Amino acid sequence: MKKIIKYVVLDILRNRILVSYTVLLLIVSMLLLCLTDNGTKALLSLLNIVLIVLPLVSIIFSTIYYYNASAFIELLVCQPLRRAKILLSVYIGLALSLLIAFGVGVGVPLMIFDGSMTAVLLILVGMALTVIFSALAILGSVMMRDKARGIGVAILAWFYFSLLYDGLVLFLLFQFSDYPLEKPAVVMGALNPIDLGRIIVLLRLDSSAMMGYTGAVFASFFGSVGGMLTAFVLLLLWMGWPLSWALRRFNRKDL
Amino acid sequence: MIRFTNIYKRFGRLQALDNINLFFEEGKSVALIGPNGSGKTTLIKSLLGMVVPDKGDIAFKGTSVLGSCAYRANIGYMPQISSYPENMTIAQVMEMMKDIRQYTTLDEDLVQAFKLPQLANKRMRTLSGGTRQKVSACLAFLFNPEVLVLDEPTAGLDPLASGILQDKILQETKNGKLILITSHILSELDDLVDEVAYLQDGKVRFHKQVAELQAETGEQKLVRAMARVMEYEGQ
Repeated sequence: MKKIIKYVVLDILRNRILVSYTVLLLIVSMLLLCLTDNGTKALLSLLNIVLIVLPLVSIIFSTIYYYNASAFIELLVCQPLRRAKILLSVYIGLALSLLIAFGVGVGVPLMIFDGSMTAVLLILVGMALTVIFSALAILGSVMMRDKARGIGVAILAWFYFSLLYDGLVLFLLFQFSDYPLEKPAVVMGALNPIDLGRIIVLLRLDSSAMMGYTGAVFASFFGSVGGMLTAFVLLLLWMGWPLSWALRRFNRKDL
Repeated sequence: MIRFTNIYKRFGRLQALDNINLFFEEGKSVALIGPNGSGKTTLIKSLLGMVVPDKGDIAFKGTSVLGSCAYRANIGYMPQISSYPENMTIAQVMEMMKDIRQYTTLDEDLVQAFKLPQLANKRMRTLSGGTRQKVSACLAFLFNPEVLVLDEPTAGLDPLASGILQDKILQETKNGKLILITSHILSELDDLVDEVAYLQDGKVRFHKQVAELQAETGEQKLVRAMARVMEYEGQ
């Protein structure tokens, strides 16, 4: 398994797209951290990048990589290796490379120039989102035989989680504003990893004006620390389920 | 050595394999023959675990292979359409396979015979169809497996390479290995195979010794014998 991960990581780290993604992240975080005098403001701008750009790049890059690696996967499947191990190795290799890119591009500058607890939380959220969205990408690509359709699904998934979902939640809140909505709102927050990430960092910054409804409910429901912990546990679940579903599908898949 | 029991596989509307029952012994060389789309490749892929059968069981040396993977160490597979990571060179692909597999002895006869070391630094994407086939053949024989599954092995190979491969196949049959070959070029199979399994529409029409087939049809050449059989079928 380690050997397969090694081949995947070596293959991806030579990839030009991943290198330029790292450089772009590095430039943006350096600019924000060096040129903004207000530390919180810089962190909030970085938060938005982490919440929008990171999921997009993770899911699209992972999807494309999976389809390009289909030859490699086919070659491995007729070797004496467990299918679950093959898929898991490809996934770990992918997630690891994306984490390295994120670590170099955002993690290192954040720790050097800021180094606060909020920065640490922001890095943790970014790492979680990277891992989650590449797991979602693997799930989508295992389920779709066609590359174009797979990439379409990946883009849709990103669009849904980063834009549509908030709209949907607002719509529901307005429609049912006569009813007590605290509990449903907590559930709604838990159903979107991007929302969870935002809640974690904003709970720490305590800028309730930016938290949005789900975040505010989280704060009142669990308290600051409890809310953060709950959100992290939920993020862990978000890593687990797409991957376990993908593994189950892949075990029965005809290549 | 390998037994297929009541194998069914359906792709959408197409019943690719329809109640397949076959048994192959070691030390034999078997030709899987059938028209295009008769299920030969699907059968082979289900043996290798690339296609999961809907029903039925496949046993290797008496134990079921479904859901297991270790048995594949004993099978060398040469696919009909080979897919390799396009950015890797031939040498890197070979090294990677050696790295992933555990092995005691390597069989590099074909690597030498096909003069692959001279092409070692070429990337897979730049190779011709024939050279890819050579790489596939080398990988199939490399780990000295007990069973060799060759899907259209000579398609795309030049006459010289094709001869080398046929000699190798004969030699390995003599070494007591089981060899499964699919091919459309029946004239090539004449000297190679001991048994013929004929598939049509996902069903096994017959599975016979070549000698038996020759006696029944009165023909020496496999092509003519098969033509006779198909004539009978038509009547």
